Amino acid sequence: MNAPAEKKLFRLVGTRPIRPDGIEKVTGKAIYGPDFVAPNMLQGAILRSPHPHARIRGIDTSKAEVLPGVKAIVTGADFPELDSAMVAGGEAPANIKYMARKCMATDKVVFDGHPVAAVAATSATIAEAAIQLIEVDYEVLPHVIDIEDALRPDAPILHDDLFTQGLPELPTTPSNAAMRVEVRRGDAARALSEAAAVFSGRFTLRPVHQGYIEPHACVASWHADGQAQIWCSTQGHFTVRALTAGILGMEIADIRVVPLEIGGGFGGKTTVYLEPVAVLLSRKAGRPVRLAMKRDDVFRATGPAPGAVIDIRLGAGADGTISGAEVEFKYTGGGFPGAHEVYAGLHCTMSYYNVPDAHIVGWNVLSNIPTVHAYRAPGAPQVNFAVESAMDELARRLGIDPIDIRLRNIARPGDTGGMGMPHGAIGYAETLEAAKAHPHYSAPLGPNQARGVACGSWGNYGGPSTAAVSVAEDGSILVTEGNPDIGGSRASMAIMAAETLGIAYEKVRVVVADTSSIGYSMGTGGSRTTFATGKAVIQAAEAVIAILRERAAKQWNVAAGEVQWGGGEAVHGDRRLSLGQIAAASGTTGGPISAQAAIDPHDYLPGFGVHICDTEVDRETGQVSIVRYTALQDVGRAIHADYVEGQIQGGAVQGIGWALNEAYVYNQAGLLDNPGFLDYRMPVASDMPMIDAVMIEVPNPAHPYGVKGVGETPIVPPLAAVANAVSGAIGIRMCDLPITPDRVYGLLLAAE
Amino acid sequence: MSSPAYHAPETIEQAVALLAGDTGARPLAGGTDIIVQMRSGRSAPSAIVDLKRIAGIGGVRPLPGGGFAIGATMPCTSLKDDAALAAAWPGVVEAANLIGSVQVRNRATLAGNLCNASPAADSVPALVAAGATCLVAGPHGERVVPVADIPAGPGRTSLAPGEFVVEIRLPPQAGADAYLRATPRTEMDIAVVGVGASLALNADGICTAARIAVGAVAPTVLLVGDAGAALVGTRLDAAALERMADAVRAACRPIDDKRGTAEYRTAMAGVLAGRVVKIALERAGSKA
Amino acid sequence: MSKLLVSTSVNGDPQQFLCDPDTTLLDALREEMGLTGSKEGCGSGDCGACTVMLDGRMVCSCLVLAPEVEGRQVTTIEGVAEGSRLHPIQRKFLEHGALQCGFCTPGFIVAAKALLDRNPDPSESEVRYWLAGNLCRCTGYDKIVRAVLDAAAELRQDRRAVA
Repeated sequence: MNAPAEKKLFRLVGTRPIRPDGIEKVTGKAIYGPDFVAPNMLQGAILRSPHPHARIRGIDTSKAEVLPGVKAIVTGADFPELDSAMVAGGEAPANIKYMARKCMATDKVVFDGHPVAAVAATSATIAEAAIQLIEVDYEVLPHVIDIEDALRPDAPILHDDLFTQGLPELPTTPSNAAMRVEVRRGDAARALSEAAAVFSGRFTLRPVHQGYIEPHACVASWHADGQAQIWCSTQGHFTVRALTAGILGMEIADIRVVPLEIGGGFGGKTTVYLEPVAVLLSRKAGRPVRLAMKRDDVFRATGPAPGAVIDIRLGAGADGTISGAEVEFKYTGGGFPGAHEVYAGLHCTMSYYNVPDAHIVGWNVLSNIPTVHAYRAPGAPQVNFAVESAMDELARRLGIDPIDIRLRNIARPGDTGGMGMPHGAIGYAETLEAAKAHPHYSAPLGPNQARGVACGSWGNYGGPSTAAVSVAEDGSILVTEGNPDIGGSRASMAIMAAETLGIAYEKVRVVVADTSSIGYSMGTGGSRTTFATGKAVIQAAEAVIAILRERAAKQWNVAAGEVQWGGGEAVHGDRRLSLGQIAAASGTTGGPISAQAAIDPHDYLPGFGVHICDTEVDRETGQVSIVRYTALQDVGRAIHADYVEGQIQGGAVQGIGWALNEAYVYNQAGLLDNPGFLDYRMPVASDMPMIDAVMIEVPNPAHPYGVKGVGETPIVPPLAAVANAVSGAIGIRMCDLPITPDRVYGLLLAAE
Repeated sequence: MSSPAYHAPETIEQAVALLAGDTGARPLAGGTDIIVQMRSGRSAPSAIVDLKRIAGIGGVRPLPGGGFAIGATMPCTSLKDDAALAAAWPGVVEAANLIGSVQVRNRATLAGNLCNASPAADSVPALVAAGATCLVAGPHGERVVPVADIPAGPGRTSLAPGEFVVEIRLPPQAGADAYLRATPRTEMDIAVVGVGASLALNADGICTAARIAVGAVAPTVLLVGDAGAALVGTRLDAAALERMADAVRAACRPIDDKRGTAEYRTAMAGVLAGRVVKIALERAGSKA
Repeated sequence: MSKLLVSTSVNGDPQQFLCDPDTTLLDALREEMGLTGSKEGCGSGDCGACTVMLDGRMVCSCLVLAPEVEGRQVTTIEGVAEGSRLHPIQRKFLEHGALQCGFCTPGFIVAAKALLDRNPDPSESEVRYWLAGNLCRCTGYDKIVRAVLDAAAELRQDRRAVA
């Protein structure tokens, strides 16, 4: 781990104090989504489609209605009619009509597990029994799962009213291709025809799930005056509020969403699945209603990340300078349009390399799987897998060290990079240089072992955040913010507030407030919280300091401009007033001391990672093991070093799982064949080595403490890092994920 | 919506009476399969007969003349704590301790793994290779049955109504055994293929007996007689091992499913058979 | 079918509760006794978030029927700390930042305690295999393994100091 000399600049930033919500979480006291109980609460259950694609001819709920204990039943008919309209929320605007249909089908089901009805009853057992009594008359339709199948002329069409967006002319026949996006710069075809080496290849990936351990759960309580309260675990309670209000036609201020502790999200909890249904059930029953998913519901019916088919042609000169790129990627969209991964895929394709001539095309292709949803750097890992695999091949063919070829092409501050936008204070080259100098990169390898390297980037984000800082009567500090703490952000906010105020970390307590108790804050996603909400906290703290200086000035009877703030004290000459002393006197100097900042910063900077992976391949069985792994990342500056390293380590391991074993498997009937943790194989502790996380600190000048955002970048490089290592070990390019033992074995057999 | 009845008999006779009196009743040992099946709706027993309160079937008992009787409710992790058993039948003990996780193995039992009748059950190839039998109690008294005869197909056993496995019996160890499986993950996984081997050698290092059993390549675990025969009379040289692996591959008739292709399963059966025999040989040699 | 009355011991205290015969121990703990520290991640024994000790052995409480615990001893995450004094494993999880969302943490802590109670000096590999039944999606396991190894070292030191 590097420790730059400038670290001493700060007292608390970069240290590793105990998180303020820690005790609750190691003792089992913390209340997560499925833990919350409201008095007189009913238990809900959801009836889900057993077909991947069917028309609903009718739903008969009469038998369920008369079951003793059943208090409410909801179907698609209970949802208001909605026109297509975009509603702000999540990481991007959402089409409210499709959002509603994802929560509850109306005329058609479009994936295995699609909700068709819901029940609230006096016990979970009765609710489960009641949904079995609901009779749905389905006209089963042909289904389609895979991207290429969905694009065939004779493919079953999911939506008769869907015409491909983004073509020069709007087509007249409906299609499963929801959208085409394109970037063209220079003349890629000519550049490729003149290149010294060109790699052409097709890469494929299956959909994968975010895999958070906490299933979705909520409790909703609707009141007769039209107000409602929702308790749920979510990455964005303001998003839950906006989407629920939009779907149900309610006033936003009539809904109060209380965020409970959240058991993982990784992007998957930036939307609604249960909340509008629970509100409707509660409205009918007149009592609070809990809805909670089981694990198979989570896999069958919540957004996986898109699978992909990616064609790439990448050319370079003899010295390794990239001359041109042609990339066409097709991402699965799932049951409904609106997935944003193709935009991110477009922006992330070679964003960190200087590529003068490029032509990049992306497609969002619908099929009978759940609507895909954000998963950590949504849309980036797939296309980056193809790009970094192609870079590896070019390096091999040209006889250039894999890090050297990347250094030759890497964007430096001021360069425009792959997307033609100038880069600010980026540390791409520094991160690559650190990777090259890391002992791992030159360590000897054992038999059947090989080393893979790959880069990856994520743009990060800023966006709207509100935070308040209040001084208690004894001088202790309360920070109120609107971002659910998914991985230690309360600790980061406390560090930044304490650093700014010049006081001890333990003097600051942080509360994640409900939607009615703090101003709007975009959700915890996009690697934005420590950056944007952190900025709001710092600005609010600075505003509090201004008030404290005024108050001290009042006490001393001097001009506020003459009072300095330092070390947690007001200073005037050799006079000092501590925060506690000023707070204690506040009753006579102007009353409570508090400030709020509501901001919308967009001066964020991207993150960049370089991962080094050693694999060992058992050539007889095709089994791949990860024997050593190092992840280096330009983090801007770490606020809480443990949780920055933790993001890097966790993201790397998710990426390794994606590379090796994770995949959605659908059977011939179009039903998900592995909707559980036994057959959806996420890495377990014994599969992994230690993950050496190396923080490279090239601060973001637009943030007082240099924050860039770290959460998403680390899942981008591992797919290619692992694949490049395995390709090196067996001498066969790994173009298809996951790299399961039977796949490796099959390739080795075919090569013999 | 109806819940099953729950019974916790204290004698074998009571358990038999409860099981025989209700054809929908199912015995419960560790519960790691049946509770999952009940929850997912794959199984809806009318009654649960919890065997764990029956005295004397929760441990290991040495058998007269050598060998061991392993009670139906003894958890897999406890097998490791019996030093004599672990020394005599390391393959069986290791196989049982590859099932699920430590949490699962603290509940799961050999008898349950057998009677769940999954073709991929880890302990069954090791037990079949070992020549294990089981004591079955039922309305018509007790009988001793080879372990290999209990599974009748995926999820089905040859047990008659009212019968349950009281204990699993391992013969005296005349050589050594071993078990290996192929799984994508290192733990928490289901065997794509599992192979058990049990060998005996004479003082000259000649193989005098060999049993090779393979899981997850057919509806039930296969005891591959030709594979054992290919080893007997040899010093387990490379050629003998290759003939043995050929016999294993020839016997396999697996399916393609989400856990592996038929082709891969057959190939791995051969690879693992070669490896597992080498481990058993090493163990037998170190004892000789 | 009427409910069964089960008498058991939870975290050292006598407990009685009513349940259906097919209620799991996890549901009884969470819904009947209000002990929500044990989490349900899968309900099929594949994630370990519901790990509890049953008569001194760690089990998935989703794979135990509630009536089975009649007369037995159950220890949950709520019983790991002694009053307000954290167990060293809990403290080490905090010191190492070995949790992010914290949802899997109770199961990991109960499992880690079960390991260190029987093996005071485990290797990294032994820790990893012992904890393989506990899924964590946030941390990549690195800091969890370090926290458990560090807790083991501290506990060994404490034992030596006592001896």
